[in-house]
Amino acid sequence: MDKSISFTVNGKAHQVTTDSQRPLLDVLREDLHLHGTRFGCGEGDCGACSVLLGGKRIFSCQTDIADVEGKEITTIEGLAQNGKLHAVQEAFLAEGAYQCAYCVSGMIIAAVALLNENPHLTEEQIRTGMDKNLCRCCNYGKFVKAISRAAGGGVQ
Amino acid sequence: MTRAFATFEVSRRRFIKSLGAGILITVAAPALAQESQPRRQRPQNNRPVDISARIHIAADGTVTVMTGKVECGQGARAEITQAAAEELALSPDKVQLIMGDTQLCPDDGGTFGSQTTPRTLPSIRYGCAAARELLLAAACAKWNIDDPAGLELRDGRIRDPISRREVTYADLVGDDSAKLFQGAIPKGVNVTPVKDWQVMGNPVMRPNARDLVTGAHEFPSDIVRDKMLYGVILRPPSYGARLKSLDLDVAGETKGVTAVRDGDFVGVVAATSFAARKALGALAKTAKWTEPSGISVTELYDHLRTTARGIPDNPYAGENAGAAHALKAEYHVAYIQHAPLEPRAAVAEWAGEKLTVWTGSQNPWAVRNDLSRALNLSNDSVRVIIPDFGGGFGGKHSGEAAIEAARLARSVNKPVKVRWSREEEFTWAYFRPAGVILAEAALGANAALSSWYFVNINSGPAALDTPYSVKNKRVQTVGADPVLKPGSYRGLAATANHFARESFMDELAHAAGKDPLDFRLGNLKDERLIAVLKAATDKFGWSAERAKRPNRGIGLACGTEKGSYVAACAEISVDTNAGTITVQKVTQAFECGKIVNPINLMSQVQGAIVMGLGPALREQIRFEKGVITNGSFADYEPPRFGDLPELDIHLLDRPDLPSAGAGETPIVAIAPAIANALFNATGQRVREMPIRLT
Repeated sequence: MDKSISFTVNGKAHQVTTDSQRPLLDVLREDLHLHGTRFGCGEGDCGACSVLLGGKRIFSCQTDIADVEGKEITTIEGLAQNGKLHAVQEAFLAEGAYQCAYCVSGMIIAAVALLNENPHLTEEQIRTGMDKNLCRCCNYGKFVKAISRAAGGGVQ
Repeated sequence: MTRAFATFEVSRRRFIKSLGAGILITVAAPALAQESQPRRQRPQNNRPVDISARIHIAADGTVTVMTGKVECGQGARAEITQAAAEELALSPDKVQLIMGDTQLCPDDGGTFGSQTTPRTLPSIRYGCAAARELLLAAACAKWNIDDPAGLELRDGRIRDPISRREVTYADLVGDDSAKLFQGAIPKGVNVTPVKDWQVMGNPVMRPNARDLVTGAHEFPSDIVRDKMLYGVILRPPSYGARLKSLDLDVAGETKGVTAVRDGDFVGVVAATSFAARKALGALAKTAKWTEPSGISVTELYDHLRTTARGIPDNPYAGENAGAAHALKAEYHVAYIQHAPLEPRAAVAEWAGEKLTVWTGSQNPWAVRNDLSRALNLSNDSVRVIIPDFGGGFGGKHSGEAAIEAARLARSVNKPVKVRWSREEEFTWAYFRPAGVILAEAALGANAALSSWYFVNINSGPAALDTPYSVKNKRVQTVGADPVLKPGSYRGLAATANHFARESFMDELAHAAGKDPLDFRLGNLKDERLIAVLKAATDKFGWSAERAKRPNRGIGLACGTEKGSYVAACAEISVDTNAGTITVQKVTQAFECGKIVNPINLMSQVQGAIVMGLGPALREQIRFEKGVITNGSFADYEPPRFGDLPELDIHLLDRPDLPSAGAGETPIVAIAPAIANALFNATGQRVREMPIRLT
């Protein structure tokens, strides 16, 4: 059933009239053309579709558009401020933490959410906290280093 | 071998009826074979490439280099950019690289078989070196100098240090660089020797890295065209099922939805992917299919053995009977899926009889040829563009989504995007073949191998031969009836063959009462393999770590494939109550000749080891009567953060040796190292991958 839904993405107000059961992921990608949030499984198993809602990570493929009425969403496109990358993005660049990079938007969003909860993560906390995000290139070693760098843990 | 796709007979398509609310239904024959075999690799195209096809310099000085190779995470974009920058004396950020566009780029062959480094990098280097020589010659002509030897190149300029004159590359090429760069690469062009490398050999980052961390990069599934619609395909409920009947009108109950039928090919197109999926769901409920039979995963290895065509006898069986130590063993390797994080995706757009398709494939020209055949077009009418895509691992040699999108786009007369679901990717993409491997060997004096028999049923020939010294050997592949659609994988069968061989070597060492390291070294003459084996075991502290500790084991494995060398030591812990094996630490040494880009190489080696943990410990496609029963990430359980062991990786640089590819071989040693560590921990020999406690 089509419904009018108002919500905010990266600080910008949007109103869409659409099937209320459509996943937020589809609306971001197909209606708002924010393609940085990606489809990996559609089942909440991989984290490629991660976005922030109130600073916490949600799976946008598992979120009906109707459920974000009045809410504020941040996507990967909204992390940089005035052309300056977020510290996590900078850390991923510095470590070369990407291979095919299809998972990277979701990785960075999940890492930002994790750092929002605890700015001083240990490597063990990173591994546990990031375990819902999948990388088929299995670049986890570099992701741990990058997130650790962003958490102020530094790198040898 | 059957072709992946039957011919799509455009002339026989006929328009059937147009319903209200924008419903268009077309029906045509013949059927599309959904589960036929994928094409095997074709040989590299070795046609000489004109210099102008490789490099273009614009009036504003922009240097553009073109290659038919594609980027899917392995780092080719960085390494090819380095090669061009090196020969043109440019900073890598001054080189634009266009990859995998069949209209703009020369065909460098598919991106597989670890060939980009040994084959394409030289092509790029020679092409760019030839362009450099022509630029120098043009500068000499301009300044009336006979010999370019004294001229300097820097930042897109040529400088004569004596007269202090300078000219830019752009000024030398004028308004059309193709005029200067015409002709094939002449003989005698020199590329920059390793000792003079300024850009190659350095840790250069991916040129588009910033777009990867901001989300700005457009993967194939991110491509959007004006008036584009979204398409989904009706899949059979099981392999081999044929469509008996279908009520196409059901899809039409949703506004703006178009259903297309062409034999067994049925698709739905709509303005959003959600609407398309919803309509397809309704349509699928009306479909009646034939019910084919099929075996289940528990019958797999018996099936492969009984359908094997001509297992050879061991010609050394008689001698083995009198040997001090002779062993026989049988190893099993499961079907696995590549499961790249970006599923197959394509956008197709028609302009009259011209077709453009954006898709993720390791084989752009083969996809173009498949499209032209399937749609009855000339090759020149089809352009395939491969944006850097979300993972291949040998799993994207084909262009299924491209053809599906093109067929739907032609039916609705608008651009169409098709992106497979995760379940489709698990079910309808091809698989790394399962295999049964039969191994027999005997040892003579000093535990030297005296005979070797190694037969791989069904999973393939990569790294089939043993790198160990043995005069009497019989190695062979044997075909069998595949259960699932077979295809390539990272390292192809090298993962299977190394698992069996290196496990068997451990069994032989144990039988002879030898340390696994000493036993291998005693049977090796290949200096490069010995070097990685010594490096890995030294760094790991092999001898000291051999001391027994409860529920803990160590194992090693080594091997070579595609011109590179690997050795791994694994330390595992075992929880027999929980039935779990945890890999605590992996020390791996890897050598692929001269290293082109150490940061990229490190990513490849780290990623390969952790990816290899999947098929080593958990990944296995389960099936029942033609239906995949674990086609999701939750059920298939690929490696995650929690699986990440301590990684201690040593890259051996060999400037005296040509550079070999490194995307595949670093994956082959981890599984046998784990199997051998399990034997060390518990005395239990598991001859099956995935390795599980019994």
